[in-house]
Amino acid sequence: MALRLPSKVLKHILSFIDSNEDRNSVSLVCKSWFETERKTRKRVFVGNCYAVTPAAVARRFPEMRSLTLKGKPHFADYNLVPDGWGGYACPWIEAMAAKSPSLEEIRLKRMVVTDECLERIAASFKDFKVLVLTSCEGFSTDGIAAIASTCRNLRVLELRECIVEDLGGDWLSYFPETSTSLVSLDFSCLDSEVKISDLERLVSRSPNLKSLKLNPAVTLDGLVSILRRAPQLTELGTGSFAAELKPEAFTKLSKAFSNCKQLQSLSGLWDVLPEYLPALYSVCPGLTSLNLSYATVRMPDLVELLRRCSKLQKLWVMDLIEDKGLEAVASYCKELRELRVFPSEPDLDATNIPVTEQGLVYVSKGCRKLESVLYFCVQFTNAALITIARKRPNLKCFRLCVIEPFAPDYKTNEPLDKGFKAIAEGCKDLRRLSVSGLLSDKAFKYIGKHAKKVRMLSIAFAGDSDLMLHHLLSGCQSLKKLEIRDCPFGDTALLENAAKLETMRSLWMSSCFVSFGACKLLSQKMPRLNVEVIDEHPPKTRPESSPVERIYIYRTVAGPRMDTPEFVWTLHKNPEIGVSKLAIK
Amino acid sequence: MSPEEELQSNVSVASSSPTSNCISRGTTVALKEHNYLGLSDCSSSVGSSTLSAGLTEDDKASISLKATELTLGLPGSQARDTDLNLMKNSVKLDEKPFFPLLPSKDEICSSSQKNNASGNKRGFSDTMDQFAEAKSSVYTEKNWMFPEAAATKSVTKKDVPQSIPKGQSSTTNNSSSPPAAKAQIVGWPPVRSYRKNTLATTCKNSDEVDGRPGSGALFVKVSMDGAPYLRKVDLRSYTNYGELSSALEKMFTTFTLGQCGSNGAAGKDMLSETKLKDLLNGKDYVLTYEDKDGDWMLVGDVPWEMFIDVCKKLKIMKGCDAIGLAAAPRAVEKSKMRA
Repeated sequence: MALRLPSKVLKHILSFIDSNEDRNSVSLVCKSWFETERKTRKRVFVGNCYAVTPAAVARRFPEMRSLTLKGKPHFADYNLVPDGWGGYACPWIEAMAAKSPSLEEIRLKRMVVTDECLERIAASFKDFKVLVLTSCEGFSTDGIAAIASTCRNLRVLELRECIVEDLGGDWLSYFPETSTSLVSLDFSCLDSEVKISDLERLVSRSPNLKSLKLNPAVTLDGLVSILRRAPQLTELGTGSFAAELKPEAFTKLSKAFSNCKQLQSLSGLWDVLPEYLPALYSVCPGLTSLNLSYATVRMPDLVELLRRCSKLQKLWVMDLIEDKGLEAVASYCKELRELRVFPSEPDLDATNIPVTEQGLVYVSKGCRKLESVLYFCVQFTNAALITIARKRPNLKCFRLCVIEPFAPDYKTNEPLDKGFKAIAEGCKDLRRLSVSGLLSDKAFKYIGKHAKKVRMLSIAFAGDSDLMLHHLLSGCQSLKKLEIRDCPFGDTALLENAAKLETMRSLWMSSCFVSFGACKLLSQKMPRLNVEVIDEHPPKTRPESSPVERIYIYRTVAGPRMDTPEFVWTLHKNPEIGVSKLAIK
Repeated sequence: MSPEEELQSNVSVASSSPTSNCISRGTTVALKEHNYLGLSDCSSSVGSSTLSAGLTEDDKASISLKATELTLGLPGSQARDTDLNLMKNSVKLDEKPFFPLLPSKDEICSSSQKNNASGNKRGFSDTMDQFAEAKSSVYTEKNWMFPEAAATKSVTKKDVPQSIPKGQSSTTNNSSSPPAAKAQIVGWPPVRSYRKNTLATTCKNSDEVDGRPGSGALFVKVSMDGAPYLRKVDLRSYTNYGELSSALEKMFTTFTLGQCGSNGAAGKDMLSETKLKDLLNGKDYVLTYEDKDGDWMLVGDVPWEMFIDVCKKLKIMKGCDAIGLAAAPRAVEKSKMRA
């Protein structure tokens, strides 16, 4: 007689399981576990909005309270995905409005959101609490106003690096005087000025406000006035930091900051004048996160600030910090976990990138907890990579961007194969890797073999042949997202490893040598993949063997999508939407 | 006309490279301290003469078309063939039967051989070719509408064939845009447009930021006639012209054309006028630089400190092509004007 766990008991057990990965595993055990799990899942994450239909998601998870969706492929961030490709939020909002009216939280990344969409959200979900839009576009401040005015219990409204049609700062005044629930507000990507009095009143009546990120239009005076009203903030994004240097201004600012005893995260600091940095000194010892990546401040001033930040865990900074500055970081910021160094001149022609590989080596040596790196510089060496791997085997995310395409190890003129081999072998927990510089097929043989936990891999201007792609697709056990640009790959490796693609979320290849014929073949062989050819020129007018500009391949149970623009070609552009199947993977 | 011609790249993209016959990689040529690179001439003159004709990228790119193009290739590599096929619509790939449904493992292993047809075998030629391609792929933002991607890729690599009409359309389009001073590749370096735009608009105290931070590295591009890709050097890592020229010598030694035989004046940091003239008449290479005003000058005329302040780019030109360049007096004048 089989022993069965009563569903009530199982339900109780499951209430302790938050991780969706674990929950996915639970749902594979048997049908009854599947049923219990699906009825108790509150937070749903869909990594590719075209992998499944909104209706299927709504049907499967009736208790859904939070939905996170991602739309366009990552390379859309760098203008590699043409406008109009897709990633529309509307169908999802419509479906949820109809089937899941208890939805409280929506988080969207790289999606096209319209004002109508936002209005629908405001109107459909009575208890709506959280809206986070990251790298989204397609809406205006009117849509924001709709959310502000209608969602009585709104707690979180964050617009992170969105492209918003800014019709003025009025939207802020739409928060009703009765709304007191705000916990987090981020409007840093908006351009227009908001009325400071509106902001002051909003802040004053929001005792739970913990995170506030202002836009550059807010002046220093405005900032001071806000800080006075919200000394409980834990996260602050300042407005513009440039103002006439009056001594009173400085003192006021200093005092305002010193009253914010709980501040842990600081960002913004656009146009910051070095003379104003000392006003921040009082909060430095408590800071765990500091984003100076828009602050055009030079090394000596940066060091003065950073040496006071002994608890810093996350640092985003521009290359103006120079190697010397990074050496200082290595000695003062011993708690550092994440470092990002952005180029101050993000330009292929930039001759003046003040950091070299040495800067990263300093930090790798000095900061034992370092696990996430994003680093831009002109060129690199194998020796540096080997040192970094040896010192920091705990790295989880390593993204190196050698700006000069095909730049070899500048000391030995060799490819950076050895260096990346060391990284792949040494950093056993590596989950995300971006490679650059001169790399041969060998490098990818190592990566395929050793990078067992890498889930996301980004490659540009690398490799010699199909062999490289073959190494990756036949190795890299945990690979979920692979994005490649400007590499000499053709069809062989792709077709040979077609089965791998169903185990991954997506594959992006642009400016490679994949032919339309191969895409068709893949499409025919693999019905559970959507193979999209993104090419301005109808492949039909060219020989089947001619390469296409971009391909985007992703697994899906939703069948071919119906909202493709003209420049996206799929094998089945037919009217029947694939039947949404319950995915018991 | 190939799309490459319209490329606005400040890289002296030349798929032309010294013919393998002339290459003797082991040869190192001793450079004189006065910054002439005493590299002897070789038949790269075929390619170089056209290169030097002007500093326009168009001219440089047109080299890639020449059937007489000398390419640096490993014996057996078909890099040369692909050059010839550059603008042809038909492509090597067409001639081959395309892949069967499930290619055998053998095919995978030998794919690198197969793809050699496309010049994929890793060797210097390919390194350079690829680089040339990347550098020569010119895009403007959101310019995905044009098939430059494929077209320009065909510099020496395979078979990537955008048909000629399309190539031409991109050509026309590119030619109508103003000659860009900078090489552009869409989405590279991978920085979000949000960040790029923000950096552009925030008060970037441009002088300060664009200017050189006191102690940071100072990279300038170094291109050389006849070399298919360029390198960057950090001027701040040298303290005088001598160091610079020996570093350059090491760096470009692989492009050394055959016989050594550096000649030229005995090493000195400053050139004398007469020596300059003598050498210019010879077949040696000359080191030149582009200054802040966009003028090309001969290296060696100004004090080192001043030089690194004004130098934006370096170029190793053929001596005879550098005749028109700033002779010493003018250079000195210029520096006086600045001082």
